[in-house]
Amino acid sequence: MRPLDEQETTQVFEKLHKFVGNNLKNIVENPSHEGPDNSPGRYCFRLQKNRVYYVSESLVKRATNIKRDNLVSLGTQLGKFTKGGKFHLTVQSLGLLAENAKHKVWLKPTSEMSFLYGNNVLKGGVGRITESISEHDGVVVYSMSDVPLGFGVAAKSTQDCRKMDPNGIVVLHQADIGEYLRMEDDL
Amino acid sequence: MAGPKLSGKKLGKTPTKKKQKKEALPPKQVEKEELFSDSEGTDEDFQEKNDDKEVNSDSDMSSDVDDDPFAADILAADDDDDGSDARSDSDVDSDSDGDDTDLVKKSKAIDDEREREEKEGDEELQLNIKEEADDFRLPTAEELEEETHRPPDLSNLQRRIKEIVRVLSNLKSLRQEGATRKDYIDQLKRDLGSYYGYNEFLIDALVELFPPVELIELIEAFEKPRPISLRTNTLKTRRRDLAGVLLNRGVNLDPLSKWSKVGLVVYDSQVPVGATPEYMAGHYMLQSASSFLPVMALAPQENERVIDMAAAPGGKTTYVAALMKNSGIIYANEMKESRLKSLAANLHRMGVTNTIVCNYDGRQLPKVLGQNTADRILLDAPCSGTGVISKDESVKTSKTAPDIQNCSQLQKELILAAIDMVDANSKSGGYIVYSTCSIMVDENEAVIDYALKKRDVKLVPCGLDFGRPGFIRFRQHRFHTSLDKTRRFYPHVHNMDGFFVAKLKKMSNSKSAKSSVQSEEIQGVESIESSDQQNTEGADDKHSEQEGIADENGKLKEEVAVDKKRKRDVQKHSVKKGVGQNSSVTKTGKSENQLVATKKREKKKPPPREEIAKAREEKRQALREATRKAMMKKK
Repeated sequence: MRPLDEQETTQVFEKLHKFVGNNLKNIVENPSHEGPDNSPGRYCFRLQKNRVYYVSESLVKRATNIKRDNLVSLGTQLGKFTKGGKFHLTVQSLGLLAENAKHKVWLKPTSEMSFLYGNNVLKGGVGRITESISEHDGVVVYSMSDVPLGFGVAAKSTQDCRKMDPNGIVVLHQADIGEYLRMEDDL
Repeated sequence: MAGPKLSGKKLGKTPTKKKQKKEALPPKQVEKEELFSDSEGTDEDFQEKNDDKEVNSDSDMSSDVDDDPFAADILAADDDDDGSDARSDSDVDSDSDGDDTDLVKKSKAIDDEREREEKEGDEELQLNIKEEADDFRLPTAEELEEETHRPPDLSNLQRRIKEIVRVLSNLKSLRQEGATRKDYIDQLKRDLGSYYGYNEFLIDALVELFPPVELIELIEAFEKPRPISLRTNTLKTRRRDLAGVLLNRGVNLDPLSKWSKVGLVVYDSQVPVGATPEYMAGHYMLQSASSFLPVMALAPQENERVIDMAAAPGGKTTYVAALMKNSGIIYANEMKESRLKSLAANLHRMGVTNTIVCNYDGRQLPKVLGQNTADRILLDAPCSGTGVISKDESVKTSKTAPDIQNCSQLQKELILAAIDMVDANSKSGGYIVYSTCSIMVDENEAVIDYALKKRDVKLVPCGLDFGRPGFIRFRQHRFHTSLDKTRRFYPHVHNMDGFFVAKLKKMSNSKSAKSSVQSEEIQGVESIESSDQQNTEGADDKHSEQEGIADENGKLKEEVAVDKKRKRDVQKHSVKKGVGQNSSVTKTGKSENQLVATKKREKKKPPPREEIAKAREEKRQALREATRKAMMKKK
């Protein structure tokens, strides 16, 4: 387990910024109530086996005496670094993203299952959509009952979405909660 | 009369007729014909007689029968009834007799026949009844050998099992001559093993644990699956809301029971319960009802340090995190790498953020995480799985005595490691919950007893009052009396998997067992020892007086029981340590004080000096009285 270096940190923050925008400040400076100390600590980012974790300091302190080979997971996993050095957010970060998301899309009940199988979001399945989404923005996908289903990248801006035909792709799928069942081993 | 002549005539005429008629007539009538075959006279006479006989007899015979003395000869050859053959022959022979006598004879013969049949029928009935109501007979060795060669006759086995259980319930009256209880039980074991598919070891173990009727109930319960239950994740939703959403999806469910606020039981469902969007969003976890129990017993508070030593697949760990509301810190340890993925996935899915997952052998955890560092520890130990046979039938045949012993050995090491990691001085905790999904005494009570002997811990109530208390004694084992605070759960009683839960509190961080553990158990030995001490303290050491002291001690124990015991404990320790009595009172040695403090669970403070002195005085007086009495007796 080690802290992220400069380059890695910028990569992670860039990705997060796509989804949460200015709320990134909140994420980084959120007081954490985890850990047995009564006073809230801070959160930090740690890298363990190419996976980035968002953990509170008190946990990090106590995890230092676990060997690298034996440490599996800490706090919340944000994403993975690929072999090529790129950073991808994974579905475990959905909780964090959903709390702080700027751009949201709500799906109709009929197209929920389709998204959970890994398909992209089509215009016909969109129930609601926040304004001011521009292309290539990070979007968090919800069901009509406000349950976060996953996230992706906007294929078109909100204005363009309105003009699209019903079979056009609105959100390109990146991660969804169905992966817990489909790809448990790859998480 | 004209008999012989006619018969001669008839001889010529009727045989052909008879032959034809023979084919036409039904067998009944053939029989009846023979009875009447000795009629003589003309055809008319014959007809009349026939009619008469028909009137006389109660038979249903049709009218057009030609009674013929030789009919018997012709028909006798192919008739079934040998008796009537004989009769007809005799009748033919006594052709020469008069009609009347023949009639009488015939009617007598019919009556006799009827009577005989009735009697035989009755006898058969009696025989059948007698066979069923007869005492159940154990199969002999030959019968058993025969059975092993044939394919197993399930209904026969089932019947025999029921019979043996019935006999065993009232052995005195229902037992077979020369059969002992052991014979019946051995046969029952064999039958149960072959009918339900258990190996010998497991059936032996179960027979030792339960009486026959309950044993059958348990085995039947193991054949059926327990209902599916799920636990609401209170970090993300409430039970009410979740129940509403799932009902909309078509899941038929109910609250689990009154002892759980987060459990739901699923009766049936139109959608797969493990694949709903709510499941994927982490709103609930599929978990058997028995797995709720250890976490409820643990009762973790917020901002505590909790260790889960065998965490995969994470059902209990996520429950602990939900109870702690994501505060504090949880170490989730799992030894098998293959199960780590599911553990991590479940933790993330359910939104748990205060957990560190590591991959160690539980026995090495104290070295890694440090000793005396945790507030609470949950040890859901790896076990033989004899309580979850309804989930995994292979346990029936695969477990043997060495398996159980290996499990037991591992569990003992794990529980010591767990105890070492708990901090006895923690403000809010100091508890260890040990649970297994097994019903074997070797893995449950024996392990707890071992822990009680090796470390300074005591059993406390789990808070799960609806279970059965654990065993205090079992066959040759004698466990500590506080083991009745542990709880056992059975499928046939509680409708959940076989389970065992025990909650321990660590009294001090020392690695030795406290002595009052032994003192409570062996009170008799103690009194003798203390009397020895009192002797060494300056009393007389006559044998009679020793006995007198022992007696007095016995009486005094009743009077001022706790004080005496305390004093004796204190004295014993002081003598053992070679220190004067005063030091036990003064708070110099913390460990001594702790020992003294831990001994008196009810009392909070060690006894003050004055009380000890008073007690000593009283004892001396008692001694003096005893000697006086002895002297008086001698006189």
